Amino acid sequence: MSTAAIAHTEAEQSWVQPSKGRVAMFCVILAESAIFTIFVVAYIYNIGKSLYGPTPSQVLEVPIFNSICLLSSSLTIWLAEHAIERGKVKVFGLWWALTFVLGAIFLVGTGVEWHKLIYQDGLTISTNLFGTTFYSIVGLHASHVIIGLIALLTVLLFTVTGHVRQEHAERIQVLALYWHFVDAVWIVVFTVVYIIGR
Amino acid sequence: MADSTYPLPGSLETTPKRWSQAAVLEWLNSWVITVDHKKLGILYMLYSIFFLLVGGAEAIALRIQLFHPNLHIISPEVFNRLFTMHGTTMVFLVGMTYIFGFANYLIPLMIGARDMAFPRLNALSFWLTFFGGILLYYSFIGGGGLYGAGNAPDTMWWAYAPLTERAFSPGHAPDYWALSLIVTGFGTIGASVNVIATALCMRCKGMTLMRLPLLVWLNVVTSGLALITITPLTAAQVMLLIDRYFGGHFFDTQAGGSAVVWAHFFWIFGHPEVYVLVLPAFAIANEVIPVFSRKAIFGYPAMVSASVAIAFVSLGVWAHHMFTIGMSSAGNAFFVLSTELVGIPTGIKIFNWLATMWGGKIRFATPMLFCTAFVVQFLLAGLTGIMLSVAPWNWQLHSSYFVIAHFHYVLVGAIVFCIFGGIYYWYPKVTGRMLSEKLGKWHFWLFVSGFHVTFDTMHIPGLMGMPRSIYTYEANRGWGTLNMIVSIGGIIQAIAVLIFAVNLIWSYFKGKVAGNDPWDAWTLEWAIPSPPPVYNFATDPVVTSRRPLWDIKHPEDPDWKYE
Amino acid sequence: MLAKCQRYIPLSAKCAGILFASFAWQTAFAEGPQSTPSIFAPASTPATSIYGLSLFVLAITGAIFVTVASMLAFVIFRFRQRGEDDTSEPPQVYGSTQVELAWTVIPVLIVVVLFLTTARMIFAIQDAPQPKSALDVTVVGHQYWWEFNYPKLGIHAVNELHVPLSSPESPKPTYLTLLSADVIHSFWVPQLAGKTDVIPNNINKMWIDPQHPGLYVGQCAQFCGVEHAKMLLRVYVDTPEDFAKWVKNQQQQAVSDETVAAGRHVFETQACMNCHTISGTAATGRFGPDLTHMMSRDTLASGAMANNKENLREWIRHPDTFKEGSLMPAMQLNDQQLDQVTAYLSTLR
Ligand code: HEA
Ligand code: HEA
Ligand code: HEC
Ligand code: CUA
Ligand SMILES: [Cu+2]
Repeated sequence: MSTAAIAHTEAEQSWVQPSKGRVAMFCVILAESAIFTIFVVAYIYNIGKSLYGPTPSQVLEVPIFNSICLLSSSLTIWLAEHAIERGKVKVFGLWWALTFVLGAIFLVGTGVEWHKLIYQDGLTISTNLFGTTFYSIVGLHASHVIIGLIALLTVLLFTVTGHVRQEHAERIQVLALYWHFVDAVWIVVFTVVYIIGR
Repeated sequence: MADSTYPLPGSLETTPKRWSQAAVLEWLNSWVITVDHKKLGILYMLYSIFFLLVGGAEAIALRIQLFHPNLHIISPEVFNRLFTMHGTTMVFLVGMTYIFGFANYLIPLMIGARDMAFPRLNALSFWLTFFGGILLYYSFIGGGGLYGAGNAPDTMWWAYAPLTERAFSPGHAPDYWALSLIVTGFGTIGASVNVIATALCMRCKGMTLMRLPLLVWLNVVTSGLALITITPLTAAQVMLLIDRYFGGHFFDTQAGGSAVVWAHFFWIFGHPEVYVLVLPAFAIANEVIPVFSRKAIFGYPAMVSASVAIAFVSLGVWAHHMFTIGMSSAGNAFFVLSTELVGIPTGIKIFNWLATMWGGKIRFATPMLFCTAFVVQFLLAGLTGIMLSVAPWNWQLHSSYFVIAHFHYVLVGAIVFCIFGGIYYWYPKVTGRMLSEKLGKWHFWLFVSGFHVTFDTMHIPGLMGMPRSIYTYEANRGWGTLNMIVSIGGIIQAIAVLIFAVNLIWSYFKGKVAGNDPWDAWTLEWAIPSPPPVYNFATDPVVTSRRPLWDIKHPEDPDWKYE
Repeated sequence: MLAKCQRYIPLSAKCAGILFASFAWQTAFAEGPQSTPSIFAPASTPATSIYGLSLFVLAITGAIFVTVASMLAFVIFRFRQRGEDDTSEPPQVYGSTQVELAWTVIPVLIVVVLFLTTARMIFAIQDAPQPKSALDVTVVGHQYWWEFNYPKLGIHAVNELHVPLSSPESPKPTYLTLLSADVIHSFWVPQLAGKTDVIPNNINKMWIDPQHPGLYVGQCAQFCGVEHAKMLLRVYVDTPEDFAKWVKNQQQQAVSDETVAAGRHVFETQACMNCHTISGTAATGRFGPDLTHMMSRDTLASGAMANNKENLREWIRHPDTFKEGSLMPAMQLNDQQLDQVTAYLSTLR
């Protein structure tokens, strides 16, 4: 068998490539951003185009508490990332659980808001253009929160059963990246729906 | 391993394993559960070719109905379904799958990896795409719907609202269209993520980004573009389904919704989509043309940056499909400019191919024949694209057969030609046997002649005022003879494609044994046996230039000296 | 503007020649009287300007094609491998900054020229101010037929658009306001102007100023459902006298002829009146075409067939015969009723 050495001095140098988990998550976030952009554009375009009520200013209340919960969960998850990087599994578990709770509060808050809109204000997805766009965009975001919460919960269960160790920091950071994205999207949705659109 | 080595081409002859050795069921099962990038690549390709035949048969049915004015061979309803299904099939089930066929099979081999970054995601993506296609075609059976109306989708592949709203399309036709494309769309996203992660994170030692084979580069750009291109369509389709199932009003013009918004969303997807389709075709040409010209690709950095530029610019040109929709004159002018700007990076590519061939020793084997024809045809297609981008002229040409001719010139004349070229080029690697050159020549010459008879002629009825999507036309319009010629050309193409199908099967059993490196090529995949072993590379390769095999074959004048 | 466009013509005579040759060849082949709506036979300013621009663009793109394609042909013949046994490799060239710069800069210049010419034409056509003398027509697209309202003249015409002749001396352009009752359509009469989409919940405008009297055909150019292919358009460009005569007739009430009262009774007692309007009768439906002056038209159902008694009767008996999938249902009239309605409708000049 004839073989040829094609090694050069270069081969001695260390060969580092980006982490594939992170690259993949960035790709997913890119794709998701495009989806949200389209929904946001549709929302903005349709502001004020409903032919009949109720209008946003009549029924929408700014969900400040909710938003604070969700946004601060970005902070707690960041603290959790830090902890696991240092190998402090207990601290990690606490921050992680707090993140989960904050996310869950947000979700419940959205549920309460929708309940009020549907049963008190009679606004459903088919009532008017506002209803259609509102439930779509907030619902799309909420569905991402749900997916995030399921992932958080899974990790939480692994932590509780003692399966999470320092070497999983990388994967946890990838997951946290997603959670940061969901939070960032909320800032956009919040601005568009509750500030510009009201 | 400091001194990595790998065998020279032609040294490691293993006889290809035949499937008959295994029990058929086990064999089939191995294809269903596989997570091997090579097998998935082959599945993607078979899927793509299968739907090319289906979509092609639909096209022939269209052409038979248009053979003569006032024919009634196919009813208007069926005709509308056929061209919708033809367009949807060709774009989503042929165009979007051949990309990942080549990408899956070749990228790990070219970058010296053992598999894709996420093998299981890879399998999932394929099967999502697979079921999406089945779902689309199931509409022929299941699309009847509650109201007895509707059937297969029949609203063009643009599916312009409000025609797709419940009020105008009862039944389930648009639902099948939207749902099946959402499913294949998820498949595409998964596959794209995989391609990018593989190309960025799985490269063998020494394979820096500027040494990636151009095929890999272009597939990375394609995948990145696909990620932000497919998703707007998914979003718009979700809105459509919200309208249809939950009584939403996104595109309900009676309740203040907008028809124009759908058009924008569709083309925000639709325009970049055509570059998603064509970039992997360029990728194939980028590999084939240098090898058969016996020269390195001319201006590698320019090729890479031109591809990236095309991808970027293509995000801002979508409304050139909407010049007639009533935009402001400033808006129209903007999209004229952005559209014509795409011509510049594309021109760079054409010129680089030309320069690669210039001064070479061009060997016209079948792959090269297809790729040469591609360059000529793409040039002409691009120029008719420039004509269409001239907004006032577009007001005349839009939705006429001139547009149909323009885009078949690209979709068939560029993409299908490159697919064929690529298959002739890599078939020996995949199967271990050469495709018959004799049948290949027949296939090529019949296909180019059929192609030109059909699509050259098709421009003229467009200029003479013939709109698209019509199932028949008046006898006194003077379009009759031309349409007859177009239809005849379609049948010539069909014969050529049949020869190709025969060649694929015949050569698999009887073709000349290929050996590792039948084309005397330069990228890593040719260094290993054909077909490659499951693990691809016995030892991890190390490369020092863009053409590792050239360096081995020409130790006196290796490439890395010039990079 | 016409003069400006004329400047382009000599530039591009060659390209045009080739196209016209194929055009002439085509007409020689077909039999019978032709009415080909070719964009190369313009008869109104927008179409003429576009024609001039198109020749200019054809010349540029043609020149690019000839240049690049001949280089390709040269390469293919000059640099093909001669003899199988010649295995030496040609000299390797990896790129050249100067050359690459050249073929980036030249296309940039071409694009600039193309863009400027195009932009000027866009503004000239799209933003042309509406003169006082202009005629206003509101076009309403319906699934598979057209409605033409002349708000200032009080006319509701259908499927066949009548407009006055316009000339440079006494310009009488027609400004169209485009609306849709259901889905997106597109108004396209190639010899008069480029197409403009007809979109629900959205108002579009376009204008024409036909310079030669006669009939110009076109059709709906945006897929709008089953019978999109038979949503044809006919524009009659009338001399001022003819146009005045036509206007006068259209402004009349429907003819009321006692000899066909039976037919009128059928019309008013069947569902016809729910969808159709005949002025001076109980029929005020808006879903289908206005039939007040239906016999003044040459065709029925937007050009699907010639307007004569047999076709009319057959249409009412079974619209699918001519236009499968049209939104007019077969009304299941018996033979006698059919004859009576046909007779009645035939009087509506
Ligand atoms: C792979 C697919 C593909 C590709 C690559 C292209 C490439 C281009 N297309 Fe095409 N196009 C389609 C697929 C494609 N198109 C499809 C599918 C449709 C219709 C969809 C539907 O309606 O159903 C369509 C429709 C379409 C329209 C809308 C027509 C209408 O409906 O009104 C327009 C208008 O501007 C257009 C323009 C262009 C341009 C300018 C390019 C450019 O990228 C071309 C660039 C290339 C060149 C210009 C040639 C090489 C360059 C040089 C030699 C340099 C010198 C040249 C200059 C400086 C000009 N295309
Ligand atoms: C990759 C994309 C692709 C490809 C390859 C093709 C290939 C072909 N297309 Fe297609 N086409 C589209 C994409 C494509 N098309 C799109 C996007 C539309 C727009 C749809 C819309 O408006 O919604 C369209 C629309 C379209 C129309 C316009 C319909 C209309 O508006 O009314 C026509 C009409 O001639 C046509 C013809 C053809 C022909 C003759 C071929 C030929 O090249 C096909 C050649 C291949 C074969 C013939 C296969 C051979 C098959 C066999 C060997 C099996 C057995 C054969 C028989 C039973 C005959 N196509
Ligand atoms: C459900 C509504 C509906 C009813 C009921 C109906 N029509 Fe129509 N009619 C239409 C529509 C819609 C068209 C346009 C069809 C097309 O061009 O596609 C039409 C077209 C016509 C035309 C051709 C008009 C033209 O100038 O082109 C005639 C004539 C006509 N109808 C007569 C009748 C008569 C007579 C009856 C009753 C026996 C009747 N219609 C009942 C909807 C209706
Ligand atoms: Cu109306 Cu097509
Ligand atoms: Cu485009």
